[in-house]
Amino acid sequence: MPPLLEVTNLSTEFRTGLGTVPAVDGISYTVDRGETVAIVGESGSGKTASALALLRLIPDPPGRISGGRVLFNGRDLLRLSDAEMREVRGGDIGMVFQEPMTSLNPVLTIGRQITETLEQHRGADRITAHHRAIELLGLVGIADPLRRLKQYPHQLSGGMRQRIMIAIAIACDPKLIIADEPTTALDVTIQAQILELMKSLTRRLDAALIVITHNLGVVARYANRVNVMYAGRIVESGPAQAVYHHPGHPYTMALLRSVPRLDRPRQARLDPIAGQPPDLTRLDGGCAFRPRCRFAVEACARRRPAMAPTRAAGHFAACLRSDEIAVATEVAV
Amino acid sequence: MYRYIVKRILLMIPTLFGAAALVFFLMRLIPGDICVIRLGSGGTSFTEQALAACHAEIGFDKPLWLQFVNFVWGFCRLDLGTSMWSGKPVAYEIAARFPVSLEIAILATIIAVIIAIPLGTISALKQNSSTDLVVRTFAIAGIAAPSFWLGIISLLVVLDLTQIFLGKPWMPPIDYVPLWQDPLRSLSIVILPAVTIGYRYSAVAMRMTRSAMLEVLREDYIRTARAKGLINRIIVNRHALKNAMLPVVTVIGIEFAFLVGGLVVTEQVFNLNGVGRLLVQAVQNQDYTLTQAIVMLIVTISVLSNLVVDVLYAWLDPRIRFA
Ligand SMILES: Nc1ncnc2c1ncn2[C@@H]1O[C@H](COP(=O)(O)OP(=O)(O)OP(=O)(O)O)[C@@H](O)[C@H]1O
Ligand SMILES: [Mg+2]
Repeated sequence: MPPLLEVTNLSTEFRTGLGTVPAVDGISYTVDRGETVAIVGESGSGKTASALALLRLIPDPPGRISGGRVLFNGRDLLRLSDAEMREVRGGDIGMVFQEPMTSLNPVLTIGRQITETLEQHRGADRITAHHRAIELLGLVGIADPLRRLKQYPHQLSGGMRQRIMIAIAIACDPKLIIADEPTTALDVTIQAQILELMKSLTRRLDAALIVITHNLGVVARYANRVNVMYAGRIVESGPAQAVYHHPGHPYTMALLRSVPRLDRPRQARLDPIAGQPPDLTRLDGGCAFRPRCRFAVEACARRRPAMAPTRAAGHFAACLRSDEIAVATEVAV
Repeated sequence: MYRYIVKRILLMIPTLFGAAALVFFLMRLIPGDICVIRLGSGGTSFTEQALAACHAEIGFDKPLWLQFVNFVWGFCRLDLGTSMWSGKPVAYEIAARFPVSLEIAILATIIAVIIAIPLGTISALKQNSSTDLVVRTFAIAGIAAPSFWLGIISLLVVLDLTQIFLGKPWMPPIDYVPLWQDPLRSLSIVILPAVTIGYRYSAVAMRMTRSAMLEVLREDYIRTARAKGLINRIIVNRHALKNAMLPVVTVIGIEFAFLVGGLVVTEQVFNLNGVGRLLVQAVQNQDYTLTQAIVMLIVTISVLSNLVVDVLYAWLDPRIRFA
């Protein structure tokens, strides 16, 4: 069976005053039906841009999708007409954004913001849509739905709003949900609740989930597979457990050292990644992580390494010294 | 919500009082004496006694503070007194002149809103297109051109066009009839001044609509609306416009207050006997009671239009309504 989503060489760029930013630089990955795939990376690595590109929501200007293919259920989303694309958005693919505070319209009731999706995609009348909205609030764990539907976003807490966003995303039984850092803006306790909710909902709806995060701990717990992004490219990808326990790219290792880990004795301290993310307008031909990499050798400057298989099945890394490093760190980490 | 409105109404009182004090004392700072103007208007000489009698008649012999108290107290009872010049009740003088001004003001507002909101929205949606450029040029011209000049030009244009197409020049009539008596004639009187004022007014509102729309279109919730697969019409009308209207409503309200002041010039240009002209005459005649009453009327209208803006704001924005 072909994968639900097959992204090939997807590229997105932003034209800014300082030059063209290749925010997404030829990424390829797949998502199977019902699977949870995580995309991780530092701020500015292109995670949001890559997700928005799937739905063709890159703001233009200044951005545009500069190439690639996004096969969803066998259709190339980049070639759909605007009307066909609208049916995909909110219908086949639901999206949850990072900022629950600003992602809901302040002057419309919660109810209206849920029902309009149903009216758009299902042609539901007001009453049917209203009943479905009540049901959806139940699904995302909001009590007293009748009262909540009449309220406005500012009357709800952040966690509650994110539940509303999830309700909107799943309203039309999507086959794929994209969640862009759905918990970053929330309290730690709420974060766990929201992630559990998303996990159980995707299982229940048999939907696939792309979850964007910069927290590898989340990945290990919730994702089947993970793509690590750096400077607009995927530099490592593989089964979540393999990447978590045997990272093949120095960047992933650095990421892992920068977050607390549950599976290891408490580390004395966390290591933030040294150096700054690169300026995307002035990348040279070599590996973009080279300036911050403690394993860098001369050869790293010559070309950007391509993804290559590591020892584990389905696990790839874009590093020249992947094998040596993996062995070296097995002992060190 | 009701508490909010009551609070706003109570806040009007100090504003009105301040305006009353200002106009009362400013009028008395202008050199001149209505009795001298009245008695000497025929070029004749007059005696000290006649002057004193005149002063007594209009109450100038009383101490200043008492005059002020009388004025404020009268205003509170809606008793505006009599005109010092004509001797007729001020309410009567104003009532005769008010309808034409009101009709111009309302028509101008309608014209402004009808032009501003669609054009401003289109301009924002097609940012930097040729449509946008034309709309913005139109708006800048409206703001830059003085209204008396626009008035004169529009009169000349109408004269020339009717000369060409009808064979004889046509001028709008100047003797006002109320809308309900003869709608066509009434409109033909006020349409040119209303367009002249409405153009400038719409230019200001249009620029605000455009910039507010541009800002709102960049908001996260618009991205959410797109991600839901909504059609553009709904994204613009339901999601963007309602949010963008907040600053636009404010501008429309503020401009309405200015518009009432602007009537002074426009009525002069179009030779209409409205409240604006009445104010000019009252000031020239040093007619304190009439001037005070008209200024207070204008201030009251401004304050009320502010109140309407606040109520509209609360109606549009639940964050205020439920605060
Ligand atoms: N509208 C835009 N205009 C110009 N540049 C943009 C725009 N949006 C994103 N970029 C650039 O694209 C690159 C990737 O941004 P993106 O938002 O995808 O990062 P991210 O991985 O989601 O980061 P974060 O964790 O902070 O959300 C960044 O260098 C950013 O500056
Ligand atoms: Mg992001």
